[in-house]
Amino acid sequence: MDDRPPAKRIRLTIDSASIEAAEGSTVLAAALENGIYVPHLCHHPDLEPAGVCRLCLVDLAGKGIVVSCKTPVAEGMAVRTETPEIASIRRVIIELLLANHPWDCLSCGRNTDCKLQQAARHAGVDESRLKRLRRTDRVLPLDRSNPFFTRDPNKCVLCGVCVRTCASIQGTGAIDFIRRGFDTAVGTLGGKPIAESSCESCGECAARCPTGALSIKESEVPAREVKTVCPYCGCGCGVVLGVRMDRIVGVRGDRENPVNRGRLCVKGRFGHAFVRHKDRLRMPLLKRNGKFEEISWDDALDAAAAGFGMRRGDAFALLASAKSANEDAYAAQKFARSVMGSNNVDHCARL
Amino acid sequence: MAGLAATFGSGAMTNPISDVAGARCLFVIGSNTTQAHPIVAHEIREAVRRGAALIVANPKRIDLARHASIFLQIKPGTDAALILGMMRVIADEGLKDTDFINRRCEGYEKLAESLAAFSLEEAARITGVPGRQIADAARLYASMKPASILYAMGVTQHTCGTDNVLALSDLALLTGNVGKPSSGVNPLRGQNNVQGACDMGALPNVLPGYRRVDDPEARRIFEAAWECDMPGKPGLTHAEIFDAALAGKIKAMYVIGENPVLSEADANHAKKALESLEFLVVQDLTITETAKLAHLVLPAAANAERDGTFTNTERRIQRIRAAVPPQGQAKPDWRITCMIAEKLGGRGFGYGEAREIFDEAASLIPAYAGVSYERLEAGGIQWPCPAKDHPGTPILHVERFSRPNGKAAFAAVRYRPPAETPDSEYPLVLTTDRSIFHFHTGTMTRKSDGLNLLGREEAVVMNPADAARIPAADGEMVRVSSRRGEVQARVKLSDTCPAGLVSMTFHFAEAPTNVLTNSALDPVAKIPETKVCAVRVERTQPGRAGT
Repeated sequence: MDDRPPAKRIRLTIDSASIEAAEGSTVLAAALENGIYVPHLCHHPDLEPAGVCRLCLVDLAGKGIVVSCKTPVAEGMAVRTETPEIASIRRVIIELLLANHPWDCLSCGRNTDCKLQQAARHAGVDESRLKRLRRTDRVLPLDRSNPFFTRDPNKCVLCGVCVRTCASIQGTGAIDFIRRGFDTAVGTLGGKPIAESSCESCGECAARCPTGALSIKESEVPAREVKTVCPYCGCGCGVVLGVRMDRIVGVRGDRENPVNRGRLCVKGRFGHAFVRHKDRLRMPLLKRNGKFEEISWDDALDAAAAGFGMRRGDAFALLASAKSANEDAYAAQKFARSVMGSNNVDHCARL
Repeated sequence: MAGLAATFGSGAMTNPISDVAGARCLFVIGSNTTQAHPIVAHEIREAVRRGAALIVANPKRIDLARHASIFLQIKPGTDAALILGMMRVIADEGLKDTDFINRRCEGYEKLAESLAAFSLEEAARITGVPGRQIADAARLYASMKPASILYAMGVTQHTCGTDNVLALSDLALLTGNVGKPSSGVNPLRGQNNVQGACDMGALPNVLPGYRRVDDPEARRIFEAAWECDMPGKPGLTHAEIFDAALAGKIKAMYVIGENPVLSEADANHAKKALESLEFLVVQDLTITETAKLAHLVLPAAANAERDGTFTNTERRIQRIRAAVPPQGQAKPDWRITCMIAEKLGGRGFGYGEAREIFDEAASLIPAYAGVSYERLEAGGIQWPCPAKDHPGTPILHVERFSRPNGKAAFAAVRYRPPAETPDSEYPLVLTTDRSIFHFHTGTMTRKSDGLNLLGREEAVVMNPADAARIPAADGEMVRVSSRRGEVQARVKLSDTCPAGLVSMTFHFAEAPTNVLTNSALDPVAKIPETKVCAVRVERTQPGRAGT
């Protein structure tokens, strides 16, 4: 993807740790890559830094407090991720965010996987102070218009990750900040439901949202994950299927796959319902008097062998599938050529 | 693929998808990438953000046109004329890469001759695009290097499809845009494993690894491996199979995971052909429109229910893994085929698991020889990968081309118009397109309530000027008919289609668009011309439009 020469390594100190980072990377990215947590909401490794949540403040020796997601690393830099002043600024930011954030964490889809929870736990929250701040009880309507994800503006922290994802990763620009001041929200053109916007439902925004503001419908926490490849177009995106018992309960893009690097389209992320659909064939079917009847595999193989056995050579043709695997295509053409004596083998490459 | 095989020696994407973002110029022709290959579209937009010039050529004003430096809205089926016009400008203005041509190619004289006989004015007249725009596109493509060509079915699904591809490869050779990072000629393939199915020899004229069936030496290798005798006569292609079935020559057919009743051009003809078979076996996930016609239907496991490998459009071989058990008594396709083969006395079908088949295939296909399930655990490998210690080949033709003498061949094609052009009876051109919300004939995506909500039904996309003439209002039901059949669907007014052009997808069984399309074939690749056919659009209800 990128054939530029590898970036120069820069040495810096974060708290007491001496670390290395690539030239051009930010202090926040360098800290996180080295396992040093700095609270943040609006940072995402796939996106350009925005510097809007102001949680990632750090102290630079000789410079004072800066926003670490917007500060490039420099040789010999000495960074402190926390000072009494930073701690108090962070606590206020967190308190103001939590002051009108719903307190339904246990039933929230992002519970334990929430960057606001993580930042709040790190900052330390005083319940009595929070209760005092909680004057307004604002309840905004949810947008459930998209079949795959729900938008809950009450849980939005206005970090803009979704807006930037839609604009720069998906390239659609279906959402942006609307209104001003306390009423600022993320919305569509004209404030319409998301399903009536230009949204392509790729779900990239929901995959990156730091809170429960964008949540995937009908998703469950998987018991295990299986790495495989998307069954749709020829791109061959890596997908990680979340599995619980014998059900696929979630899909995420495989960030290690060089084709999609974690990104997915609407079909790859949400198009797996067919696997367990009620119309799936579960038994072989034989047509008798114009109607399909379920038969055993033994009977099905006998029927197939009888039907094909008397029509070998030029009387036989096979259409293999561009949807199933290499192993299937290989076995199919081997069968046609070596057993049926026919080269009438093709598939829908031309369609 | 036949086109690239002739000029470069190998019919596949020359460069990886991850190369796209690094190109300084991208020429996207006959591909509605945003809808059909969304992740590649991401890379294209990334390239544009980094300052690349984007040239988009398409009869429809597709979404990608918004990001283009130059949008060439060509008349359907005139791709070759556009490319020839661009090459004429490049030759005239001395923008060609003489060193590359001398060192790596042969037959340039032939191309120069044919270009001398084809003027920019002619290109402009045929394509309907001003000559100045064609010249600008040619200059951008030839001077902003590396430049990469991306194309899809909009180039190939024509009676001149092979010529279109040949012209594109001539354009790349002329400017030295092959064999380097972020360059090349890159067909974006439609299905998850269409590249792999070709590699595995699921084609009538070649065995696994593209060895010709009429080459006795090649046959001997496979006859020894498979302990059998094999026919040496190339078989029939997709469209020819249906003709032969209708003529009573083919009597039995085994259809694995395909739905030709909706996907085949002139679908009514394909349906009749299937109905005339004495014995039809369909193996699929559900009762598709094709399975309804079968005598025997076999339940196949979905890809998420079995192990195996796919080879993607950039030749990357990747593992797929069973995540959940098969529904009911469904089985992987290979296992069903092997059980039938054994019933019929076939030898060498006693595979215990998918990896054994892969190992056998890899032992017979030189480009796969170094690939194994063990190696794929660490990630996909791009073929050719001839040895266990070979890292794979992200970019083809770096040192030499895959033709016997190592040189690429200029093809020097001529423009030919589409087989069917509009007339007074069928005054509009229909082209087929795809929607991001559905896939192919919808056998998988139409099973999702959510996707059905987002992509509810077929739409006849037409220009308001054409609709006013019918007259038909936005959302009104219309009848679209061609010389081969008719379908009904709702009008969607949009200026993405210029006047004279209508477009439909083929995702919906309720409005099977391919009953309209023309099965006239490209003489070499045998691809039908689904991108151009003449149609008439009429109202289904008399009275005023919009009532």
